[in-house]
Amino acid sequence: MASDAPTALANDDWLACAQRMAERMRVRGFDYVMRNDGGYLSQICSSAEIFSYLYTRGLNIGGSIAPLVPEPFAGNPGADNPGYTNGGLYNGPRTPDFDRFYFSPAHYALVLYVALIECGRLSEEALEAFNKDGSKVELIGAEHSPGVESTTGSLGQALSQAIGVAMARRHRDEAGNVWVMMSDGEFQEGQTWEAIQCASHYKLGNLAAIVDVNAQQCDGPMEGVMTVEPLAQRIRAFGGEAVDIDGHDMAAMDAAFKTRAPDRPLFILARTDPTRGVPLMNERPVLHYLRFGSHEERARYQAAFEQLKAESAAWNG
Amino acid sequence: MERVSTELVKRPHVENFIRWAKDRPEVVVLSADLTNSCEVGQWRDTYPDRFFSMGMAEQNMMGVAAGMAREGLVPFIHTFSVFIYRRAYDQLAMSIAYPNLKVRFFGFLPGIVTPGGVTHQAIEDVAIMRAVPNMTILETGDATEVESVLDASHGVDGPCYVRFLRGEMPRLFPQSEPMEIGKARVLSSGSDVAILTAGITTEEAMRASDYLARQGIAVRHLHISTHKPFDDPQVLAAVQECEHGVVTLENHLITGGLGTAVSELMTDHGIGKRLIRLGLNDTYAHGASLPYLLDEYGLDAKALVAAVGTLMGRELKVTDADIAATRQDSAASDAKAEAL
Repeated sequence: MASDAPTALANDDWLACAQRMAERMRVRGFDYVMRNDGGYLSQICSSAEIFSYLYTRGLNIGGSIAPLVPEPFAGNPGADNPGYTNGGLYNGPRTPDFDRFYFSPAHYALVLYVALIECGRLSEEALEAFNKDGSKVELIGAEHSPGVESTTGSLGQALSQAIGVAMARRHRDEAGNVWVMMSDGEFQEGQTWEAIQCASHYKLGNLAAIVDVNAQQCDGPMEGVMTVEPLAQRIRAFGGEAVDIDGHDMAAMDAAFKTRAPDRPLFILARTDPTRGVPLMNERPVLHYLRFGSHEERARYQAAFEQLKAESAAWNG
Repeated sequence: MERVSTELVKRPHVENFIRWAKDRPEVVVLSADLTNSCEVGQWRDTYPDRFFSMGMAEQNMMGVAAGMAREGLVPFIHTFSVFIYRRAYDQLAMSIAYPNLKVRFFGFLPGIVTPGGVTHQAIEDVAIMRAVPNMTILETGDATEVESVLDASHGVDGPCYVRFLRGEMPRLFPQSEPMEIGKARVLSSGSDVAILTAGITTEEAMRASDYLARQGIAVRHLHISTHKPFDDPQVLAAVQECEHGVVTLENHLITGGLGTAVSELMTDHGIGKRLIRLGLNDTYAHGASLPYLLDEYGLDAKALVAAVGTLMGRELKVTDADIAATRQDSAASDAKAEAL
């Protein structure tokens, strides 16, 4: 019994710790949306647990090898810019044993930044540069932005890149896995289905995607714009493994990851609530980007932020 | 002008690429269901663990190549040019070119070399690729260049697009003179008119050279194998030093390709001379044989002679017989049509 106790305690520790991290992420993210006078708030509400799970439990990565406060933007990759550094350095060194993390929906950048802050990979001062001219901490991240491995603001491109990474790593018998964080809207892109077809053909058991299925996109609810459901069945029909879970339940994420098959890519479909923590957003017909229509509306969101902050402080003790 | 042999070479890429890749384990090939059509079937059979069939899914193929390149492999995409830059442009630009990844795009069927019609004829690829930051663009004009483009491009630590020839082709340039990036081949050194050609059009221009010499016209003919970067001082010298003007002849639209690059160069340097751009002029082509299409769209030796005459203020009444008299045995029209 005594010998089992540390593991059990450790497991409890990660979950409680990750839950607190997700709550803190919502508060910090909401704060910056207010400071930015609008932004991608629903994505923070829906995916805080996904990022928290990845950085506390899912990703097997080393410590950050990038500065806590990012340097100013220093140009794009190119032959004339040999000093260029990739935002993936925040996810640790690219060794054979460590996992790779590909972040697909680049407009979730703020969620990624706050996740990096909450797990100590980025200084909270770094967010002072968020969406400011000359900064790498951009509104929609590119691969110079903290935590961002490749430039995926054109949606649906990260999965194919992760497949190439997974194929190269298998070609070299490397132990590490390849993770992709995706959004459900990306399953409207044909490239995503080409990619699943390919990952299935090459039996990439070293590839796992976790998808924020918040059922929202730029034009509104996906069921009215272009449905991708039944998503799990469609993925399975293309040869992948798919597991539907409650996207705010990180123990379920962990259990889902443990079910992966050695010969199939895994898609964890995290069904999420895009207004989680900010029920005021339920009044909006479209959730993609929060833009205040009036001073009054802004004030109501400011009040909602203060309330979430107070609840979080109480909850975190 | 140095006369070169008229040897015809069959499928030089097949064996050459296998030899070249032998001690380069980082080199992998991706194919989108056009493996034999792009002459890498034997390569696949020789190095099965380094060959990846991607199926007819070019957008995904670009991303896969990007991911492999990020892990240190050097992917050589082999497919028809049109499916590289038309079908998967966003992926090409964002997944590969923006991060400056070392990926090779071997684009087959440049311009009107195929009877496959508009869907298979890459007539605006150079224009599109010239607009892509970080992209290096090369074009092969004979067997020597098909063989030596591997070495020439290997030092480029970024994306590289190559207009590739396949099947039977002439050896216009000695094997001892491999392709060099950024360096044109000076095929004649006169100063009446500068002629700049690339790819298969160089052979057309060479067919006209004896006729022009007999007319007492001294041309400076440069064969271009690097479209981007376009900074060879020999090219600038040629357009500066020619007395009557410049003619470009390209297996491509005259918009955005070689002719445009030369016009930009002349404008940038304030060179106020006439430039006649020969090539497809704001039109698609259609499915027919190469000689037929070269004639129909004015991309052949006769069109070139007429353009030179225009610059010289002389009417040069060239006939098929005049060109035939100088026609080399290596005429591309003798090459058998490849399977699509």
